[in-house]
Amino acid sequence: MGDESKTTSSTSNSSSPDGAQGANGPCAPVDSRTLRRRKFLTRITLGLGAASAGSIIWSILGFVIAPAIRKSSTAWREVGSVDDFAVGGTKVVTFQDASTVPWAGYAGRSAAWLRRDSSDTFTCFSVNCTHLGCPVRWEEGSELFMCPCHGGVYYKDGTVAAGPPPKPLPRYNVRIKNGKVQVEASSIPLTL
Amino acid sequence: MAPDDEPTPQESPEAKPSPERNWGVRITEDIADWIEDRTGLVSTIGKILRHPVPPRAGWMYVFGSATLTAFMIQVVSGTALALIYVPSTSQAYSTLQYITHGATLGRVLRGMHYFGASAMVLLVGVHMARVFLTASYKYPRTVNWFTGLVLLFLTLGMGFTGQLLRWDQNGVWSVVVGAEQAARTPLIGKWLAHLVLGGDTVGGTTLTRFFAVHVFFIPGLIFAFIGIHLYLVLRHGISEPPEVGAPVDPKTYKTQYEEMLKKEGVPFFPDAIWRDAVVTLALCLTVLALAIFIGPPQLGKPPDPTLIDAVPRPDWYLMWYFAVLALLPHGTEKYLIIVIPLLLFIVPLFLPLLFPKGERSVRRRPWAPVIVFATVVIIAGLWRLAVQAPWTPRFKTPPLPPSIVRSEDKLVIHGANLFYTKSCLYCHTIDGQGGIRGPDLSSVADRLSRDQMIIRISNGGYNMPAYTYNMKPDELKAIVAFLETRKGGAGFAPHSVSQVP
Repeated sequence: MGDESKTTSSTSNSSSPDGAQGANGPCAPVDSRTLRRRKFLTRITLGLGAASAGSIIWSILGFVIAPAIRKSSTAWREVGSVDDFAVGGTKVVTFQDASTVPWAGYAGRSAAWLRRDSSDTFTCFSVNCTHLGCPVRWEEGSELFMCPCHGGVYYKDGTVAAGPPPKPLPRYNVRIKNGKVQVEASSIPLTL
Repeated sequence: MAPDDEPTPQESPEAKPSPERNWGVRITEDIADWIEDRTGLVSTIGKILRHPVPPRAGWMYVFGSATLTAFMIQVVSGTALALIYVPSTSQAYSTLQYITHGATLGRVLRGMHYFGASAMVLLVGVHMARVFLTASYKYPRTVNWFTGLVLLFLTLGMGFTGQLLRWDQNGVWSVVVGAEQAARTPLIGKWLAHLVLGGDTVGGTTLTRFFAVHVFFIPGLIFAFIGIHLYLVLRHGISEPPEVGAPVDPKTYKTQYEEMLKKEGVPFFPDAIWRDAVVTLALCLTVLALAIFIGPPQLGKPPDPTLIDAVPRPDWYLMWYFAVLALLPHGTEKYLIIVIPLLLFIVPLFLPLLFPKGERSVRRRPWAPVIVFATVVIIAGLWRLAVQAPWTPRFKTPPLPPSIVRSEDKLVIHGANLFYTKSCLYCHTIDGQGGIRGPDLSSVADRLSRDQMIIRISNGGYNMPAYTYNMKPDELKAIVAFLETRKGGAGFAPHSVSQVP
């Protein structure tokens, strides 16, 4: 196919990447060399555009998804003296999250249900229902944890008693140090 | 004269200034001519406004523009709210309190933003139903449908993220619920959940994340998709009202449509746009009236994750989904929590691909109104169920009063008290008092024997804990004694001691 036929084709095709159709009408007819140059320039433009976008986007993407790939941290938090808790009793304790920022305010805190099983043993349950994370309540009389969202119920050992929760209540590690009860704060327990 | 053939302001002889004309008019025209000469905007916008539309497009065709109006209300009111709202976990709640109770017209503005959101969700749903009923998704408007569907989900995303920006107790726990749902995604669940939270717990970066998504990311996408949607509306024209016996044939449709427009098309401005103007005014006045007379939703308790007496609930437009989550069969929620939203997006997505041609009239598509009706009934039913929330224990139920216990027998009275302290009353109703998660036990003695009651209480069931280890034998005996007095429901004579075996 000769140069002339290519030229004709380029000028009649308004959607050609050769830019034969401008905003103010068709451009002047061109020879095959110009066409090749335009193809080259098209590729160069697209490549430079992609490189420009990439140079910016990688840092933005990294910034946005960083919280998702950051390794979860843990920290021991004091929740009271051993004597603050009666043997057999279950009460809510609050503590600072393991990973928090200075401006977090209220949001930097978490709660858990702490039971003193004996003079020197404690069990600490997450307040998050394993169904959808709603905060469960401890019912002293029935010795049940009950969820207000969709009616999940757990026995006192955290195993599922009724309703939709797929798993027992998650537990936090607990230790006694210098007469103080400490809970190992960690990430929100997620049902995967 | 066809609309496109009308003279532009440039060409119009009337546009030229004449000595008889008022100087004010002349200056205005001069300015318009100056702008047109440098930008071409006047003729371009004029051409768009006067694009031909089918002549019989009536009131059914106003919901798209009404949705756009609702979105603009959101943009304007949201921008104004952002002048005061501080998206910080430690300050957002107090700034919202100030906006509501201290700032001039702040309460009205919050109300407009809330009711504007409600209107947008409602109208985008009605618009989608109209498009479905008139089969306007068929060729060539396939991508119109796709972009509309994306806009529907973006609107719901705006609703969810906006609710969280209220950042009260409900907002905080709703974030947790959202993260838990994201966590069910196979393989990347934990990653997604932490992406939602902005970390591994609800913290200082959670609210700012939702704020950015609510005011930048999603609105940016909405603007982009509205732009594509409107471009496609102009490119393909609005669909003509369907007629029986006029099926869509991709081979001939465009030609027929253009011929129809040439023959009987009318300019969008002013022949059709006046209806949109009427609806726009009605919508603005309705939103304003609701904002003034009802006001924004009350803020709940402070956003403290350690306040665990929370009962997280979504706003009304997502309440139906809250019911879905409660009704998922046991063991299936792990999959269905992800599959259901996916299906809600994918099934409609394939509609124009599976049915690109054929009849558009509902008379030849009788299943179309049935589907719309069924969808409305299902959503309304789920919504009503979610409002009742029968699955939720009624924690605020008071103990049974003597008027309901109706016995002087100490064992029965003790049993009635235990019925409360053992949380039975949270889920069971006795003579109109108590929860509705379990069966009404007002006349349980009429249908269950003593032994059956003992077995039921001890062993429990899917929705009831087994009380074998949570109840001493004498407590069980007392509760059963109380339940045995429950015969015939409310209004019966007091049971005597002798009735209890």
